[in-house]
Amino acid sequence: MLRVDVEKQLGEFSLSASFTSEGRVIGLFGASGSGKSSLVNMIAGLLRPDRGTIVIDGETVDDTAAGIHVPTYRRRIGYVFQDARLFPHLNVAQNLDYGRRMNGLAPDPTQHRRIIDLLDIGALQDRRPGKLSGGERQRVALGRALLSKPRLLLLDEPLGALDEGRKLEILPYLVRLRDEANVPMVYVSHDAAELRQLATQIVMLKQGRVTSLGGVKVLT
Amino acid sequence: MFEISPAEWTAILLSLRVAVIATLVATPFGIALAWLLARRDFWGKSVLDAVVHLPLVLPPVVTGYLLLLTFGRRGLVGGFLADHLGIVFAFRWTGAALACGVMAFPLLVRPMRLSIEAIDRRLEQAAETLGAAPWKVFFTVTLPLALPGVLAGMVLGFAKAIGEFGATITFVSNIPGETQTISSAIYSLIQTPDGDAAAGRLVIVSIVLALGALIAAEWFARRATARLHGN
Repeated sequence: MLRVDVEKQLGEFSLSASFTSEGRVIGLFGASGSGKSSLVNMIAGLLRPDRGTIVIDGETVDDTAAGIHVPTYRRRIGYVFQDARLFPHLNVAQNLDYGRRMNGLAPDPTQHRRIIDLLDIGALQDRRPGKLSGGERQRVALGRALLSKPRLLLLDEPLGALDEGRKLEILPYLVRLRDEANVPMVYVSHDAAELRQLATQIVMLKQGRVTSLGGVKVLT
Repeated sequence: MFEISPAEWTAILLSLRVAVIATLVATPFGIALAWLLARRDFWGKSVLDAVVHLPLVLPPVVTGYLLLLTFGRRGLVGGFLADHLGIVFAFRWTGAALACGVMAFPLLVRPMRLSIEAIDRRLEQAAETLGAAPWKVFFTVTLPLALPGVLAGMVLGFAKAIGEFGATITFVSNIPGETQTISSAIYSLIQTPDGDAAAGRLVIVSIVLALGALIAAEWFARRATARLHGN
């Protein structure tokens, strides 16, 4: 499903990670500065590895030896950032529809309805991102990523910018997403409790190296 | 007293036509250049930046003379355009538009560049992860978010173009009905006896146009801020 074997030098910091995953939710766990975000950005194509390969769903999107680097916009991935990054000039409905338009996909009212119900964002449609709470913004960002029909969903500390109360508000949606949306996910977090609830497999990173690999048990 | 004569109207309308055409033609180039300066690093970037700003600091008469040398009938570019495309700039209103466009260009580019620089590049990254190719990112995210800055640049460029004098009179002279803009009409009027009243009327028209442009530019700038904050 997802195969990563990359090396990247970022100033003083060197990242060298290799793992393969068939899990539904891969939890990338590590302290800040362990290289989690750089690794996710490489899977997204926003960062180019110095050496190595990345294979998503059987398609080689990076292979430095063969000179392959598929640009981000052709990777068919979804990316939920810590800071939502909704388009401020578009309302919620237009934000949600953006990925479908850019990929030239036909409207899919069934999926649209299902995801809007799943995330409870039906009432927000006409609002501008500036008028949403942090939790609402993150739910819309999740919906926006899912509606572009990605084959892999990347979530980089999606709860990181929220306070405890908001986190508890969003977590159930993520669990539902995992169980109902049928899209494999890479979930980045430095919070072991969060990952215990969500992940089906853990990749533990420490100073740019994978230190353990396995089920949620490795978190203890 | 405030009765604008047909001759004055001719100058005002010509000025408007020259400034509108200069602004509209310069805008796509301005946007492209603003984007290039805001988003790309390349060899000779600071030189390009300096050349664009040159008309701002050069004596206008020098810019006008250089335009005459280049785009005049016997100029390198002007000769080619006249012979092959039938486009003549020298002593025509089109030449006035060219001179005004060149002089207005630095003012037109600046707000556009600033507004592109102010856009959070992470939004463009987000667009890319949603499947938007670079040119689609530009047209669906970058340009809409920069639009108030683009409009502000157009307004400022327009205001500069409508008041341009030195380069225009050097390049295309001061022919009533063809190249006599508001500025060159005022210049002629204050040198004629009894021209004061007419000059005064044109001065007031100039002030109104310039003020209107500044207020409009300010309004667009405020819209830009609101837009970037998603309100």
